[in-house]
Amino acid sequence: MRTLEQTTKEVLELASRHFNVQPGSLTPEDDFFKKLGIDSLQALELLTRLENHFGIELPDYEMQGVSDFRTLADRIQTRL
Amino acid sequence: MLDLAKYQSIGAALRDALDQFANEVCLIESDRERETERLTYREFRERGHALAKGLQDSDFSGGRTAASGQNPAAIIMTNQPKWLISAYAIFHCGGVLVPLDYKLTPDEHWQLLKHSGVSVLITEYPIWRQLAASNALEGSCVRTVLVTEAPADADLHGAERWEEFRGAGEPAFVARQRHDIACIVYSSGTGGRPKGCMITHENYLEQCVALTSLYPFWPGIRYLSILPTNHAIDFMVGFFGPFICGATVVHLRTLRPEYVREAFPKYKIAYVSLVPLVLKNLRKGLQARFDALPSRKRKLLNALVAINKVLTRGRPRPAISRLLLRQVHDAFGGDLRAIIVGGAFTEPQTLQFFYDLGIPVANGYGLTEAGTAITVNDLKPFRADTVGKPLPGMEVRIVNPDAEGVGEVAVRSKTVMAGYLNDAELTAEAIVDGWLMTGDLGRFDGDGHLQLFGRKKNMIVTEEGKNIYPEDIEKVFESLPVKEFCVFAANYIWPRRAMAGEQLVLVLHLEPGQSMTEDLRREINSRNQRLLNYKRIHGVVLWNEDFPRTASVKIKRNALAERLAQLERASAVQSL
Repeated sequence: MRTLEQTTKEVLELASRHFNVQPGSLTPEDDFFKKLGIDSLQALELLTRLENHFGIELPDYEMQGVSDFRTLADRIQTRL
Repeated sequence: MLDLAKYQSIGAALRDALDQFANEVCLIESDRERETERLTYREFRERGHALAKGLQDSDFSGGRTAASGQNPAAIIMTNQPKWLISAYAIFHCGGVLVPLDYKLTPDEHWQLLKHSGVSVLITEYPIWRQLAASNALEGSCVRTVLVTEAPADADLHGAERWEEFRGAGEPAFVARQRHDIACIVYSSGTGGRPKGCMITHENYLEQCVALTSLYPFWPGIRYLSILPTNHAIDFMVGFFGPFICGATVVHLRTLRPEYVREAFPKYKIAYVSLVPLVLKNLRKGLQARFDALPSRKRKLLNALVAINKVLTRGRPRPAISRLLLRQVHDAFGGDLRAIIVGGAFTEPQTLQFFYDLGIPVANGYGLTEAGTAITVNDLKPFRADTVGKPLPGMEVRIVNPDAEGVGEVAVRSKTVMAGYLNDAELTAEAIVDGWLMTGDLGRFDGDGHLQLFGRKKNMIVTEEGKNIYPEDIEKVFESLPVKEFCVFAANYIWPRRAMAGEQLVLVLHLEPGQSMTEDLRREINSRNQRLLNYKRIHGVVLWNEDFPRTASVKIKRNALAERLAQLERASAVQSL
C-alpha cells in the first residue's frame, strides 16, 4: 500500500511527464491549472492518465474544485 | 409543445408538461459506459414534488430579497438530473432560482450567495466540502443546505442529504405572474461588482417560444447537455425548452472526450450545445482524421463534401447529407440535427466546415441580459459570416451608426431582463428608454443578418465563453512596485473590427526615474501566472502621465483609454 507521500510523488512525476515540464519543478502545493497553464479538458486528460496509472476511477464531479496536486493526491489515496 | 402564451410562469408550464408527457422519457444519466438513471416525466414529477414538499415543510417561503420579493434558492451542481429536479421544485414553490457556475472558487460562490441573499443552497457534496471549509456560512443568509451524493460516513458540516430531504404528500403549487423574477443569473463580477441579471418568467416564456420556432423539440428527440446548466443556453435548450415539448435530456457525469463521443451514437443525440473552443477542437480532430485517410479515400471524401455543398447551398437537406457522408454522420450517431454553439464568437471557417459536412451549427448572438439569444442563424440559407437574424419578437437597432453602418447593438423585447439585482445605477446604464444597450458593435447587411465587429465595452469573451472584465483581475497586481496600473481589453483602447483573439493588457505608470527592469518584468510574470490561463494579460503598455481620476480617486477608465488610443498599438504593447 502506497503512503500519501508516495502517491503525491507519483502524481507529480506523471504530471511532469504528461505536460513535458522539468521533473522536480512541480510542488504539491502548486495549482495545476495555473502552474501548467492548462484548461479543463487538459486536466481531464491528466485524470485519465492518473486513473490508468493507479488502476482506479476518479469521477469528474468528485474532482470539482480540486486544483492543487496535494488535494488531488489525497483524493486518489482514499480510493487506493 | 405546450402553448406558452397561456402560461404565467415557468413553474406552471413545467407542471403541465410533466402531466402531459407523463410516459415519455425525460432524463437519462450516464456515467462512463454505465447508464445510471432513466426517468419518465411521471417519475421526474414524483421526485420533484417530494423535494418541493420538503422545501415547503422547511419553510422555504422565508428569506425574501428586497428586490425580488421572492425566495431565492441557489443551485451549484454539475450537469445532472438532480439539477433539473431541484430547479423544478424551486419553481413549484414559487421560488427564485440563483443558478451558479460550479467552476467558480468557494470565495466567488460565497460572494454571489451573499449578494443574492440566498436562503436555500442545493449543491453536490464535493463542492459543499470546499464551501464549508471557508467558514462563510454564518455570515450569509443561507439557512438550509442540501447536498447530493454525500458518502455514508461524510461530515455534512450542517447540511442535509438531498436524497433524504423529502416531504410526504403533495406540495402546494405557488403561482407566479409573468413579471415576477424567475432567476437571478450572474453574467459577471466575481472579482468586482456583481451583475445579477433578474430574469422574469415572461423573459423565459417568450425566449422559449422564439427558439423552439427555429429549432423544435418533440417527444423522443434527445438533447445532450454539456454546457453547464447555469448557463443561459443550457437552461433554455437543456431544460425548459425540451421539457415543455416532452423531449429527452441526456446528462453525462464525465466530459472526457472518449465518453462524449460514445454518447452520440449510443443515445441517438439530435442536439448538443458547445462553446466555440470545443467546436474548434472537434473540427481539428475531424480534420486530422480526414488528413490521415489514404489519398484515394480523401479525394472521394472531398468530392462528396463538394457535392453536399452544392446541394445544401439554399437550405440544409439532412437526408441527402447523411446519404452522401454517411460515415461522418454515423460518428455523430446519425441523428444529429444541429450543434448549438454559444457563449462566445465562433470563427466562420469552423461554422462552414461543419455545414459543408451536412451538420448545421446553430450560431447566434446573445447576452444573459437579453434572456439568452438575440439573433440566431435560421439556415435559410446558412451564413457563416453573420450571427443570423433577430429572433421573432426581437427589435434590434444600431445606435449612432458610422458611415459604414456600424454602431452599438441595442435590443428591445419581452426577453430583456428586469435589471441588475440591487444595482439601479448599472441597470440605468444598461437599459435606456426600454432598450438594452449591449456594448457590442454591429451592423445589418442587406439581407437583415447581423454582423458583429467588436465591443464598445471594456471586456473580453474567451473562446470558452467566459466573460472577463479587466477590473476583476486587477487584484492580482495590487502593490506592484509602480506608481499606478490599470488593466484594459486591448480592443477597448484600440477598437479593431474583430471578435476573435481578444487580449488584455496591463498599463503601467512607472515612478519618476523608474524603468522597466527585468526584475519588474519577472514580478509581473509571476503574478500573471497566479491567474487562470484564460484570464492572463498578454502584454504591457508603458504610460508616463498620471491616470485621470474621479474625486473619489477611482480611475476614469474611459478617459484613460482615450488618451492611450493616441499610441500606436503595435509599438505600444510590449510582450511579457
